Amino acid sequence: MGCDLASGVPRNAEGVRWDHLFIVDVVAPGSRVLDLGCGRGTLLKMLVERKQVRGTGIEIVEEKVYDAVAKGVTVYHGDFGEGLGYYPDNSFDYVILSQTLQEAKETVAVLSEALRVGRYVVASFPNFGHWKARWQLLATGRAPVTESLPYEWYNTPNIHSLTIKDFRIFTREQQIRIVREFFVGARKPLRFWPNLRAAYGVFLLEKSTG
Amino acid sequence: MSDYVISKQALGPSVGYVELQSVTFPELPLDSGAVLRPVTIAYETYGRLNEDRTNAVLILHALSGDAHAAGYYPGEDKPGWWETMIGPGKGFDTDRYFVICSNVIGGCKGSSGPSSINPATGKEYGLSFPMVTVSDMVRAQKLLVDYLGIERLLAVAGGSMGGMQALEWAVAYPEQVASCIAIAATQKHSPMQIAFNEVGRQAIMADPNWRGGDYYDGDPPDAGLAVARMIGHITYLSDESMREKFGRRLRGKDTVGYDLSLDFEVESYLRYQGEVFTRRFDANTYLYITKALDYFDLSGGRGVLVEVFRDLPDDMRFLIIAFSSDWLYPPYQSKEIVHALKGNGLDCSYVEMRSSHGHDAFLLENKDLTRLVYHFLDTTARRRGVRLG
Repeated sequence: MGCDLASGVPRNAEGVRWDHLFIVDVVAPGSRVLDLGCGRGTLLKMLVERKQVRGTGIEIVEEKVYDAVAKGVTVYHGDFGEGLGYYPDNSFDYVILSQTLQEAKETVAVLSEALRVGRYVVASFPNFGHWKARWQLLATGRAPVTESLPYEWYNTPNIHSLTIKDFRIFTREQQIRIVREFFVGARKPLRFWPNLRAAYGVFLLEKSTG
Repeated sequence: MSDYVISKQALGPSVGYVELQSVTFPELPLDSGAVLRPVTIAYETYGRLNEDRTNAVLILHALSGDAHAAGYYPGEDKPGWWETMIGPGKGFDTDRYFVICSNVIGGCKGSSGPSSINPATGKEYGLSFPMVTVSDMVRAQKLLVDYLGIERLLAVAGGSMGGMQALEWAVAYPEQVASCIAIAATQKHSPMQIAFNEVGRQAIMADPNWRGGDYYDGDPPDAGLAVARMIGHITYLSDESMREKFGRRLRGKDTVGYDLSLDFEVESYLRYQGEVFTRRFDANTYLYITKALDYFDLSGGRGVLVEVFRDLPDDMRFLIIAFSSDWLYPPYQSKEIVHALKGNGLDCSYVEMRSSHGHDAFLLENKDLTRLVYHFLDTTARRRGVRLG
């Protein structure tokens, strides 16, 4: 742990990560937000400033907690499992899993807990189906190392490798509805052929009522 | 909490010379039903109160602490017990905040306690002093805060028993508290904590000099109090910190003595801590305060902490801190508090700090703790629109 995925994510001209911008755009003003794996609190701070949310985060890395508190962000130092269990149902309007889903051991449990305590879940992850990753595996026969997957096999925090397509199938199986989706390429947002072209996917999810 | 010698350099800038003040109120009703008449509260203040009287921070001390939290008394080398945290530019920044610390009632450092003179008899109270609780201590502090003309404290803060008082403040007077910092604290004393305190009390009461608490005209029960302190001190350290600090080093000899004399460094250290403590602390106060700790239960016996926090205002903020090696007040006890706060949707940050120093970690110089407190207070002040001096 302790790796900073943030560096690899493409940013806009103001230096703000595209995936963060999408999340800030999606979240309704004044809502209650829980950021799982909030890191140094960059996203939460932006949500507080731009959307006046009542925000709180959970972060396992002690040093990151100090930085987050220094930003004025409220943080629980611990893992998701123990941090989530104590919240009553629907405690939040949004639960954010920004670049953390692929690091969570119990993916299904974390996502279902997130959907229990939150009305919506925002989940984002690096796309293993990106053409560069596919090409590297095919051409070199080695596990891909790209901008969005910058680790070697022995030091990656990503314990799950998934593609955009994998995730869509997964949500169907889990009876989770995708409300909106957003994709970031190597440099900027994109819309078409995301499973091949997107470096990152961001999904706004809710429990399927049907 | 222990007596530590921290280097001058590590202590950083100081508030300088300070003075112990005191104020007496006609009476204080206590949880036991008794009424203390009159009640004196000793206190110190550092920094300046702003015009709006909104930048006050109340510091609460632990079992063996007192009102002297920062700075120096003229002619003394030893600073206040939280000199690492209180001062210009420090966690509790005296350039920005008006910091108050008072001696708890039942104490022996200027506030009414068993060693005070009972005006009805002209003699020390001894055991005729009524039993006090943590909420009694807080009720006394409220008299002081009202007397100082402070409508709302920006923060109440403390470690160990100080943290328990801070939590009690938040629950008892939610309209008078903007934020609460509780370090290495608990919502209620556990059987293990009660057990250690009981051993300490038995050691004091077994000392023939104790004489039913009526020893003020003769030799005090120093041997008993020293043993109580030694037991307490062990619980404030950790296996790791003791191994680091003492190992199995011998004291002034190359081989063990094969007799009952002092062999190990750690024995010498504990004896010294015990001895030093008797010079500055009253044995009856030790009995009273440990009892107050053992009685402490934030839920008031209801057992369900979530309900206790139910009516707290939405904008009250909490910072709860535990230390990884604290086996006396283990992190799970802090987490119980945090989870109950979160269960009510309250604004609460929690950190389990990695430390090898056990329960006493909050008293030692710690840059991360300083930074946490500094920014937590800063955020609270900004949200409340407090003008900082």
